Amino acid sequence: MSITILNPGILSSLQDAGRFGQHQIGLTNGGPMDPLAFHWANRLCENNAGATAIEISVGGLKVQAQCATRIAVTGAEMPVSINGSEAERWRTHHLQPGDTLELGYSQNGCRAYLAISGGFQVEPSFGSSATVVREGIGGLNGQALTAGDTVKCAEDTRSNCWSVPEEERPQYRKEVTLRVIPGYQEHTFDPVQQRLFFHNSFTVSDRCDRMGYRLTGPHVKSNIEGILSEGICLGAIQVPADGQPIILMNDRQTIGGYPKIGSVLSVDLAKLAQLMPGDNVSFHPITIHCAHNALHLAHSRFQRAQLLELEN
Amino acid sequence: MNPDTGMKIHVAGESSLIVYFGEVTSPEISARVQQAAQRLPELMGETLVDLVPSYASLLVLFNPLLTDEMSVRQAIHQATQQVAEVSASEGHLVELPVYYSQESGPDLAALADRAELSIEDVIDLHQSTEYRVYAIGFAPGFAYLGQVDERIAAPRLATPRQKVPKGAVAIADRQTAVYPAVSPGGWNLIGLCPTPMFDPGAEPTMPVSVGDRVRFKSISRDDFLSLGGELPEPAPTTEGAELKKGAGA
Repeated sequence: MSITILNPGILSSLQDAGRFGQHQIGLTNGGPMDPLAFHWANRLCENNAGATAIEISVGGLKVQAQCATRIAVTGAEMPVSINGSEAERWRTHHLQPGDTLELGYSQNGCRAYLAISGGFQVEPSFGSSATVVREGIGGLNGQALTAGDTVKCAEDTRSNCWSVPEEERPQYRKEVTLRVIPGYQEHTFDPVQQRLFFHNSFTVSDRCDRMGYRLTGPHVKSNIEGILSEGICLGAIQVPADGQPIILMNDRQTIGGYPKIGSVLSVDLAKLAQLMPGDNVSFHPITIHCAHNALHLAHSRFQRAQLLELEN
Repeated sequence: MNPDTGMKIHVAGESSLIVYFGEVTSPEISARVQQAAQRLPELMGETLVDLVPSYASLLVLFNPLLTDEMSVRQAIHQATQQVAEVSASEGHLVELPVYYSQESGPDLAALADRAELSIEDVIDLHQSTEYRVYAIGFAPGFAYLGQVDERIAAPRLATPRQKVPKGAVAIADRQTAVYPAVSPGGWNLIGLCPTPMFDPGAEPTMPVSVGDRVRFKSISRDDFLSLGGELPEPAPTTEGAELKKGAGA
């Protein structure tokens, strides 16, 4: 019971919720860059939260089912087709043995998720299947998916199909405001630099990937060049001497020595992960208490939202 | 700030606080970081997600759906109580063999020149110090060891190499390390170590942990090969090498 990768597209990798508790041996988190879209895909397949799915960046994935199963595609607006016929995103679909599923290139957003009934079955490494290519850990042999790969899954002949209600489907934009919890070396950025940072727009450069998003814009200066290397959390915004911020993402290195002005709220980081080079970002400061409120609200909204059952 | 210990807690992100124990590299500060890292898991239970100990700081990652900032701060205060007189001598002593040579350490001669020392002196100084594992990061199994004797401290290469071989023993400023796998890197290479620094299939995965002590011991080329060491293909020159992401360990 499996699916075969006919074409991985630009970058497709197996991801579960991420790898935790392994920072002390230098392993980063990995996991879905847009957890909201990832969790919806799993819910559509009636999976446990955090079941292994495929993250597709930019598009171009083509797979063939070797067994009967159910799948769902969520996230970026990549045209989906099953055996050449257009298929809707944000809903469950049946696949029969031999069926092909293809994702075109994204028209809006950057990352889509393909979940399958029961999740893709991958031997976990260090407690997780999340692929971190830079580390050579997770997925199939620590690598992104390539043509000819076979990924195990379970047969599923249940007929139920579900759909995410329209109002719960995120709208991806070319411009986002990221809420920032000021912290770390915040005090080494004087008021003028803080104003530069929080009152200007930055552009996503072409150096953006699962490790970090480098932005271009006004030069923001810390009054120190470096610090004794220290732990970097998800979403940390480091500002090297060239004054161009880098937002550290799921595959970031776990320690580093550049000054940091604060960290992006995780629910907003998911929006950043959907941006492409040339898109725009601005920042808005919030307290850690507001951040926790926002998180609790987002969490309870996801928990309460009900899937719609589709007629077969 | 705690006046007794100089400890400071800063917000790092929505789900992390960072504890600063000082601003310099010292075995005493490192021992306090280590002690807090050992105590927090029990104090925080399932609300603790991960910990990143480093030279003088400890990043504490918590689950904000299960706890809040004040509770984490309290746990940190508890974990750091009565640690003012932590002895710095704890941790296992690990000996790592090194084949030092110009063949295995392409920057050895330049480093010796810069330091106005002989190559033999550089090797002696590197293996006569007992190092402490201050942090692990940059790549799986990459252990930051300090402090290197001031006389052989050397800045990072102006142009990092695209490919540093597995096992490369290197110096950057007053830090030294063994590259656990082939990777880009800008440190000065002085030798090769045959001991695997990161093996996902082994138990333990790494021969060292933060807080351990490390000594390097010079071995011959033959010993290096018989211990399973592999010499890389002749090293390409660094000229024209591009600055690759991740080269700044």
